[in-house]
Amino acid sequence: MKTFRIGGVHPQENKLSAEKKIEVMELPKQAVFPLSQHIGAPAVPCVARGAVVKVGTKIADAGGFVSAPIHSSVSGKVAKIDTIVDASGYRKPAIIIDVEGDEWEPTIDRSEALVRDTTLEPKEIVARVQEAGIVGMGGACFPAHVKLSPRTPVDVVIINAVECEPYLTADHSLMMEKPDEILVGVSLIMKAVGVKKAYIAIENNKPDAIALMQEKAKGFAGIEVCPLRVKYPQGGEKQLIDAVVGRQVPNPPALPADVGAIVQNVGTAFAIYEAVMKNKPLFERVVTVTGKSVAEPKNLLTRMGTPMSLLIERAGGMPEDTGKVIGGGPMMGKALLNTDVPVCKGSSGILLMTEKESLRGEAQPCIRCSKCVTACPMGLEPYLLQKLAEHTDWERAEAEQIMTCIECGSCQFTCPAHRPLLDWIRMGKGTVGGIIRARAAKS
Amino acid sequence: MSNKLKVSLSPHVHSGDSIRRNMDWVIIALLPAMLWSFYVFGLGAVIVTLTSVASCMLFEWAINKYILKNPKTTLSDGSAIVTGLLLAFNLPSNLPLYIIIMGALFAIGVGKMSFGGLGNNIFNPALLGRVFLLISFPVKMTTWPVPHQYTAYADATTGATPLANLPEAGLGDLFFGNIGGSLGEVSALLLLVGFAILLLRKIISWHIPVSILFSAFVFSVLFYAIRGGMPFGDICMLSLKHLLAGGMMLGAIFMATDYVTSPMTHKGMLIYGACIGFLVICIRLFGSYPEGMSFAILIMNGFTPLINNACKPKRFAKEVKK
Amino acid sequence: MNVILVAVIALGVLGLVLAAVLFLTAKKFAVEEDPRIAQVTEVLPGANCGGCGFPGCGGFAEACVKAADGGSLEGKLCPVGGQPVMEQVAGILGLTAEAGEQRVAVVRCNGTCANRPRTVQYDGVRTCRIAHNTAGGETGCFYGCLGCGDCVAACPFDAIHMNPETGLPEVDETKCTACGKCTKACPRGIIELRPMGKKGRRMVVRCVNKEKGPVAKKACAAACIGCGKCVKTCEFEAITLENNLAYIDPAKCRLCRKCEEACPQGSILAMNFPPRKPKVEAPATPEIKPATPEKPVAQETPAAPAAPAAAEPVQVVIPTVETAPKAPETPSV
Repeated sequence: MKTFRIGGVHPQENKLSAEKKIEVMELPKQAVFPLSQHIGAPAVPCVARGAVVKVGTKIADAGGFVSAPIHSSVSGKVAKIDTIVDASGYRKPAIIIDVEGDEWEPTIDRSEALVRDTTLEPKEIVARVQEAGIVGMGGACFPAHVKLSPRTPVDVVIINAVECEPYLTADHSLMMEKPDEILVGVSLIMKAVGVKKAYIAIENNKPDAIALMQEKAKGFAGIEVCPLRVKYPQGGEKQLIDAVVGRQVPNPPALPADVGAIVQNVGTAFAIYEAVMKNKPLFERVVTVTGKSVAEPKNLLTRMGTPMSLLIERAGGMPEDTGKVIGGGPMMGKALLNTDVPVCKGSSGILLMTEKESLRGEAQPCIRCSKCVTACPMGLEPYLLQKLAEHTDWERAEAEQIMTCIECGSCQFTCPAHRPLLDWIRMGKGTVGGIIRARAAKS
Repeated sequence: MSNKLKVSLSPHVHSGDSIRRNMDWVIIALLPAMLWSFYVFGLGAVIVTLTSVASCMLFEWAINKYILKNPKTTLSDGSAIVTGLLLAFNLPSNLPLYIIIMGALFAIGVGKMSFGGLGNNIFNPALLGRVFLLISFPVKMTTWPVPHQYTAYADATTGATPLANLPEAGLGDLFFGNIGGSLGEVSALLLLVGFAILLLRKIISWHIPVSILFSAFVFSVLFYAIRGGMPFGDICMLSLKHLLAGGMMLGAIFMATDYVTSPMTHKGMLIYGACIGFLVICIRLFGSYPEGMSFAILIMNGFTPLINNACKPKRFAKEVKK
Repeated sequence: MNVILVAVIALGVLGLVLAAVLFLTAKKFAVEEDPRIAQVTEVLPGANCGGCGFPGCGGFAEACVKAADGGSLEGKLCPVGGQPVMEQVAGILGLTAEAGEQRVAVVRCNGTCANRPRTVQYDGVRTCRIAHNTAGGETGCFYGCLGCGDCVAACPFDAIHMNPETGLPEVDETKCTACGKCTKACPRGIIELRPMGKKGRRMVVRCVNKEKGPVAKKACAAACIGCGKCVKTCEFEAITLENNLAYIDPAKCRLCRKCEEACPQGSILAMNFPPRKPKVEAPATPEIKPATPEKPVAQETPAAPAAPAAAEPVQVVIPTVETAPKAPETPSV
């Protein structure tokens, strides 16, 4: 069975909510929409305080090409445009809407019927995706229409359904319940970029999803399910392309399109289906609420802007000994400052960790066991990069390719000395990136 | 909720691996060979092992507390026990106590703590201790008691190492360990059992031991063939005996693979191992010492930083396959 | 005899050849250095501390010579040698030294443990830069001091220390040379180099929070809420308000201390002033004093050592940044 070639680790899977059906989350009293839910320029509000909005009304325009508009997920009145603490842990501007009723924009097709065929041209598909504010839903939140407009011709689409993060099951449950819609979404992506071949990459810890998708994919030309051996970080774009088609994307500024591949998350494929076929902008998504101490781990179909505290309530409430709340998975998610943070386009899960689980081990000296070197999926030397960052040797750090680190956390996960490798490497990456940009600006 | 939320950067989970766990498995892997040495050399082996381990731990504790003034003890990571055990494995079973204690002091004090403790040393501490004793007490360090004198310690009858007269030594005796020698090095079989344990628990990778043994065998065959005067079959047999005799197995499996002093990448490990194999055969065949493992490993320890600089891991997308 | 002769000749010839090689290489690869660099290095203290921002005294000398060729030594200051050394340097380079104003590092945050309750616990590396990347910090204030002490580690003169009680760094003004390393080390730009001021007296807004008033106030009891009272009070237009944050321009400030009284949050600090004996004892406060019985005591203790300090005009330093004089102001406003 295929997998990527360099490094990788095997964290405990802990897919507690794997068997759970998707439940629809109730509406919040107030919904909060941060203006930067994606990579790129923040969106620009196009509604004022007091404006009346419906479900699906656009409330913020894209701030540039690499940006995405934001749509209201609720009906009601715009209460204010203010700053709130978002998942990044900082105060960011956001639109806050008081919810009244649940009135949808009439243009949205709310029927359950599957629409398979479309006469839309590739350009029109991309335009609809852009207008619907769709971004990569695996967590990176890269605007989808940018990826669908590659600068070099591509020959393969890879759908990322590996969900290599422990605990998370949002994509898994979506595949189990909406396989046809996903497959139509995949064929839309294929049409948009003009390729004949698509792979749906699923790790073999989800045999039911593999079987179901294989069965359903028979009805779609050119779509093939590609089972992969479980290994973290298989969901990383570069690792996934390597695993599925055996091509390695060179270092930035090269993009996946430069090796002829485009990767989209399975959730994104579903959102593209809804946007193109049902005219429904991206305003809800499946969020996994999980954790060993959580009473009822759940997969919840949640409107954007719902505070995470409501989802935690729905899953049985915040356990007494919660030490950490993580937005996303345990390997790459962000620890949240509070639970009022709203669900955004990239929120794939909420993970609660107990006090005991959440504390890091005490850092000991590096014993040069080389486990981090073996684990690094980019073929870097994390122990060395950490030391270089700590001693601010930026030149050498750049020469040792610190900028190619994908921040997957495999090194720190595997380190027997519990060294905070990635903390330092991230900091070094930021600094070296600044130096490189300054140099580019100069010349 | 009573307590404050914790905030830190990802990853938020850990494999559960620890330095202690690694050291514990090394100790477990050393146990078969240690018990065999108790059986072969009797009381002397027990005394030497206990003294070595106890004095290594004592020196580590004392230096940490009184010289480095470190408020936290580093004994709990288990590295001092490993050093003590490995030092004992490299000593003859009739060595007087004061020599063992001096060796432990040198191993821990100079070999490890003077560099700043675990993780910072350039050379393998146990080997430094052994080489220090070998140079200081050459006679005592190169006369080994003959096997199976269970109650003898300082008064044990001694004999020469099989390395001095390798063609005469029996292959089976070498493999199972019915020979004289340092404590831990006699039974190649049980050292290989330890190797299997380490490999299964993923404590070490195969690269260093295999490359050492392979390159030692190759160079041994080569040198004997150049020297001439022996049928090829005998050369191969003799080379095989080289792998089993002396500290070769112990060194290849437990000493050269020491995390701190060996290279970080697989390519580097292979180069490192091949050089050790070459050096040990050179010393054994052309040098004045019958045994060369300690020196070979120590020399290559010195080259480790250079190897680390030269051998980078295979980076992602170095060769793009289209 | 023959042997000796051969040896002498051989060695002699060898020596001559090598000497020629050395001579030629020395000529060929000679590095031309401005002789003034050596002269300047001579007068510098030679501590190679890097406090000037250049790699050692040699690097500073080189930079001085370069700057002198450009016509001015502006911005070049050896913090250790100070003005006298710079005058010597200027003399060598044929310039006059700029009368550099002595500056000192000032920590613009008063988010003590009491003022700024901790809401979360940071569990990463104890380094401000990484803590700053992780999230907004342990408190509700995303602008204030993170308390991991990067500035302390950066200081080459041991002039800045963490106060374990407040969790904030404090500058030892006797040691601070205004080298600026702490200002660069702080990821939030909290530390500012400000002119030492007359007798070391200066007015500082001890807050960098740019949030709106209510948000800032909720996060920290000592935050500047951008109310603008100080701006209105100031008669010299020395205070500006930008992004909900007041800033006192040291060049315009006349040290009248009116803004200090006006500030409802107590964010403005008057540093190194003698305690206000006559004013505080005015009949305005007696009703309040009993309500806060401890504060007048706290005010009187520093009064004794501070009074002679004021009498001697040369002495500019009272090392404690945490000043008692500010305390009675809060109830009186």
